[in-house]
Amino acid sequence: MSNSVHVYDARADHATVTAESPLAYSFQRSGMPAPGEEGRAVVSERAFLGHLILRGGAIVLDEALREVLGIGLPGRPNSLTVDADGQRSVQWLSPDEWLLIVPGDEIFGLETRLRAHLGGSHVAIVDVSAGQTLIELSGEAAHEVLMKSTVYDVDPHAFTVGKGVTTLFAKTNVILRRPDEARWELIVRRSFADYVYRWLLDAGEEYGIGVARESRHEPQ
Amino acid sequence: MSQTASQSNRLAQGGQVDRTQTLTFTFNGRSYTGHPGDTLASALLANGVDLVNRSFKYSRPRGIVAAGAEEPNAVVQLGATEATQVPNVRATQQALYDGLVACSTNGWPDAQRDIMRWVGKLGSPFMPPGFYYKTFMAPASMWMTYEKYIRKTAGLGRSPTQPDPDIYDHMHRHCDLLVVGAGPAGLSAALAAARAGARVILADEQETMGGSLLDTRETLDDQPAAQWLKTTLAALAEHDNVTLLPRTTAHGYHDHHFVTLHERRTEHLGDSAPSQDGHRQARSRLHRVRAGQVILATGAHERPLVYANNDVPGNLLAGAVSTYIRRYVVVPGQKLVLSTSNDHAYRAALDWQEAGREVAAIVDARPAPQGDLVTQAKAAGIRVITGSAVIEAKGAQRVSAARVAAIDVDTFTVTGKVETLECDTIASSGGYSPVIHLASHTGARPVWSDDIIGFVPTTVAGVTATGGAHGVYPLGEVLADGVEAGVNAATALGFDATVNDADLPHVEPRHEGPACALFQVPHEKTTLRAPKQFVDLQNDVTAGAIEVATLEGFESIEHVKRYTAMGFGTDQGKLGNINGMAVAARCLGQSIPETGTTVFRPNYTPVTFGAVVGRHCRELFDPERYTPMQAWHVAQGAEFEDVGQWKRPWYYPRKRTDGGIESMAEAVARECRAVREGVGILDASTLGKIDIQGADAREFLGRIYTNKWQKLAPGRVRYGLMCGDDGMVMDDGTTSCLAENHFLMTTTTGNAAPVLEWLELWHQTEWPELEVYFNSVTDHWATMTVTGPEARKLLTDLTDIDLDREAFKFMDWREGHVAGVPARVFRISFTGELAFEINVQAHYAMHVWEALFAHGDKYNLTPYGTETMHVLRAEKGFIIVGQDTDGSVTPEDLGMHWAIGYDKPFPWVGKRALTRSDTRREGRKHLVGLKPKDASVVLEEGAPIVFDPKHAIPMPMAGHVTSSYYSPTLESGFALAVVKGGHQRMGESVYLPMADGRVHEAEIVGTQFVDPKGERQHV
Amino acid sequence: MFHIYCPYCEELREEEEFHPKGQAHIARPEEPDACSDEEWGDYLFFRDNPRGIHHEMWLHAVGCRKFFNITRNTVSYEILETYRMGEQPTVGAEHLAREEKTASVQAAEGGQQTVGASDAALASVKGAQA
Repeated sequence: MSNSVHVYDARADHATVTAESPLAYSFQRSGMPAPGEEGRAVVSERAFLGHLILRGGAIVLDEALREVLGIGLPGRPNSLTVDADGQRSVQWLSPDEWLLIVPGDEIFGLETRLRAHLGGSHVAIVDVSAGQTLIELSGEAAHEVLMKSTVYDVDPHAFTVGKGVTTLFAKTNVILRRPDEARWELIVRRSFADYVYRWLLDAGEEYGIGVARESRHEPQ
Repeated sequence: MSQTASQSNRLAQGGQVDRTQTLTFTFNGRSYTGHPGDTLASALLANGVDLVNRSFKYSRPRGIVAAGAEEPNAVVQLGATEATQVPNVRATQQALYDGLVACSTNGWPDAQRDIMRWVGKLGSPFMPPGFYYKTFMAPASMWMTYEKYIRKTAGLGRSPTQPDPDIYDHMHRHCDLLVVGAGPAGLSAALAAARAGARVILADEQETMGGSLLDTRETLDDQPAAQWLKTTLAALAEHDNVTLLPRTTAHGYHDHHFVTLHERRTEHLGDSAPSQDGHRQARSRLHRVRAGQVILATGAHERPLVYANNDVPGNLLAGAVSTYIRRYVVVPGQKLVLSTSNDHAYRAALDWQEAGREVAAIVDARPAPQGDLVTQAKAAGIRVITGSAVIEAKGAQRVSAARVAAIDVDTFTVTGKVETLECDTIASSGGYSPVIHLASHTGARPVWSDDIIGFVPTTVAGVTATGGAHGVYPLGEVLADGVEAGVNAATALGFDATVNDADLPHVEPRHEGPACALFQVPHEKTTLRAPKQFVDLQNDVTAGAIEVATLEGFESIEHVKRYTAMGFGTDQGKLGNINGMAVAARCLGQSIPETGTTVFRPNYTPVTFGAVVGRHCRELFDPERYTPMQAWHVAQGAEFEDVGQWKRPWYYPRKRTDGGIESMAEAVARECRAVREGVGILDASTLGKIDIQGADAREFLGRIYTNKWQKLAPGRVRYGLMCGDDGMVMDDGTTSCLAENHFLMTTTTGNAAPVLEWLELWHQTEWPELEVYFNSVTDHWATMTVTGPEARKLLTDLTDIDLDREAFKFMDWREGHVAGVPARVFRISFTGELAFEINVQAHYAMHVWEALFAHGDKYNLTPYGTETMHVLRAEKGFIIVGQDTDGSVTPEDLGMHWAIGYDKPFPWVGKRALTRSDTRREGRKHLVGLKPKDASVVLEEGAPIVFDPKHAIPMPMAGHVTSSYYSPTLESGFALAVVKGGHQRMGESVYLPMADGRVHEAEIVGTQFVDPKGERQHV
Repeated sequence: MFHIYCPYCEELREEEEFHPKGQAHIARPEEPDACSDEEWGDYLFFRDNPRGIHHEMWLHAVGCRKFFNITRNTVSYEILETYRMGEQPTVGAEHLAREEKTASVQAAEGGQQTVGASDAALASVKGAQA
């Protein structure tokens, strides 16, 4: 298998190479306003995570993923599986496509092990880590900011924890998901990240939206 | 004008205005006062302002007629500053605030001293229906002149000339049930569905929810209606599955229960939106609602009667009189005559008299009215004249009398002597029209109901009209109807809901006698000779105009509407349509159902552009896509070019030695020379990149590209051309073989998404059996092209890849490190020079880019933009799909026979079409080079090409210029063009006649202007 | 603004997420080289435009990126069913003729458009709009 596909560790050593996240330019250009005291809407970027696209049949991928990562594919369309410590997730994108997000330094090892398990199966695995970023939105008004931005129903009663969809966000596309009660996650293409960031700050202004350097996500 | 500053028409007590606070406002330059709770209209009436506008066509004086959205006259221009101007605001819907500034929309320069008044007096014979069509159509060239003055005098409001200081936004909402209208029916329906558990949105256009409950004389559970209203609103507010949207108009009903709502959030607070907790808030908001079910509880609009001079200020709707008295505690006059065809309107006279003012008479068209309200009026000592109607109003700036006579409705004649009753106000009621606008937006034609003398909506799945909106008027029945609608909607949505009669408040039943169908009131003179009887006040359409239209042969109501302008514009026929149809029916000798009705379009009332746009404006108008090097480009002072949504550096102007800034031509010339003589660098990250994996990836490429892919080995790159199945070129780019079953395809910047969709289309619909997957990696990889004779030297300093010309050949790719970052380097060239395209993960792009510059100083590494890229590629005859092609160009037309694999085994996409008769014919346009005879000429892109410049006009076109630049290398202009039979015309001259009379001559040459043998890229 | 049931995402989504791709069930001739110019021209350029039942291909562009088909009434804009690529429609023109007795209904002619449906099949229509 490794001969038929070019599996390539394109991640550099972050100790010697300066890495810039997709929002680095936006933070510099548009600033990072502090969230209001009530923290009704807070944005943060979870940069440099590993993003892997898995294509293939659900059964074979589910089996390999359980072996390698200990979590399986979500059973239903538009849903999300998160591992026990909340660091690794896999999301349904289409009947033959899933998005795997793991800590950045795990990505190459993960792809290698998955390919080893999958052997000659008809699958594709693609590293898209640098092509997108994860923006986290939290606070009691988060869903109202989203209502201004996406056509999808984001009422917290309708968009329950564990749901994830690809949909429109203003005039671009995002993957929108809800890994737990407190947070929404937007996965945004790198070249659109600045637009999404400026939109969020603008749409969230009435709620005193601000930017936190750290995620509100607390590993369990 | 009887203006005083003392709100002389305001009653001392009652109503729903807050007398403890006084608000000051300005109308047409004069200052007045009012109270919180007032609309601009009620405050104007309180101050005795009769004249609020001049009419659209005849410039007649007009006053306030209605109390809600149906107001046709009191359409004003709002705004204290130039930037906050808002046109077309209905004074009846505008809440009063302190400092409000408004003026009449029509009536330039002033509603009271209008220079167009002569038209109103003299103009009637001169302005028949179709006046503008007939008068101003010839000569056509003069229309622009006429229009300027017509528009100015007609006055349709004006937009501000300064930027709007406010912000607007959108909100996407989803609900089980949307209830439009929070009167008794809507409130009952919403509460019933909410109790069953449905997600409910209740929207109401008024400042206060309650609809008819805000001015009813009736009681609920023996309490004033206000008590039940308060309790019900509180109950709704307690449900967290209910969203209440006051000041919100449902203005458009679209497919599949998608309804747009316009919420005016701060328009009751001031000229411009005040900030809240230090944050800006949206002045208005467009809610885009997707509902499971919709209940229309939009009530009914009262129809005025159509009688002579019914437009003089002081003619009001009967219901509006009640609303002003009971809700706003304003009596809009001293002495009233009520003309009615029904019982319900009697309350206006009762309210008037209870307010302490005089009722001259109630004139009832029915011979023997006998409902409870009739009895009450008689008992109150009010004179009731039966079998009669007001046939004409007297007065110029204000009603001074009503001419009353006995009439025969059936024969449309005045049957008795005319009595003149002195009065200053005439209230009229010709019955009620259900507000069916939203229902008819769905395309469902309304149907006529003789029972209620009005149109009711037809049923559409998922849409329920309730209460007045489908002709149910008695309050008790309205409440029950609303509950039933709410329960039925909830049940249809799968909720468990039942009607519980005990929940319904008790309303004392009231006996109402039958109404009579009266629309236009007969006059002693014929319609064409009587004083004007207005049907549509906003568009100045009279009964006479409709009669003329029918006499001129317009029979379809849709044609009558367009010929007379009835129901046009922002009014959308709210008051006038039914009366207009009735007049047309009478003239045509038909019934109303036979005549039919026009339908209503969105929007129900005007929606400000700000709300339509939301926050999709200014810097958020459209996404701007950036590469990871954007900050560097900005810091270097690059000028940017839009390529799709991408911002790409166009050129990098530098400071000249004389201190000035380089022009684009100077910058491009410098950048071109750097690449041809030294080394340049381009940010090519925007190119589309598609990762292709699978056992059948190679087979798929062979089917989708025109050329061959069977033998491309890992480590090699090939140029590919993609056609539609019509044989026309749709994209091109290089594809690299990363491994036996793994390829990386590049697309043009603008086509990245369409090409991916194209691949998926063929895979999903035609060849699902092929084992292959496509994924976009455009944003994952940053691409920088280092090109020029010095490129190898520069890169050698920074990479562990062997760059030797034999070890790393042209059209090879290699893996290694650049500036310490893992990279794939592709030896491909779009400039014709030695070139290396470096791909690194986008996180490290800036690191590598800056490292290249840090080492590149000694080679004078020069960044170049898209303009230089274009010049360099055109010098080499490399096409840009979409610029040199336009969807009608085959690979053969481009002279790219070498890229067509006619002998490939699979009938690849586009192959069959290349042998169709049309693609084989003589005289197709071919891509060629053009060399202007005058080297200093740069031909215009798009310029037409002819073979014979002396041919009479129109000259036969032979083609056009597709790309044209000045080449610093050739020191000459040069161009690419498509020319008929061009490949067979090498060396011939063609001509380019320009708009300024010059004719350029150019020679047809090959497309490769620089290094035609292609040696430089192989060095 | 349509509300479209995506047969892959298995839920209703807003029209803005989709791209319309024209008439459905246009199969590419198996042997293009054996086609006459006229036959190839028909495949490339000629499409039905019925008043009534139309089978259309759509793409869930901002979503699962899958192509699928819709049976739509072009008069009422009602979407009668959506179905996956490779499946056949269960609603045809005679459905409308039977259900609504609309005299002016036409049927698309090419491909499988006019394939009929049993009442049982109609009752189990997936993704039918309320």
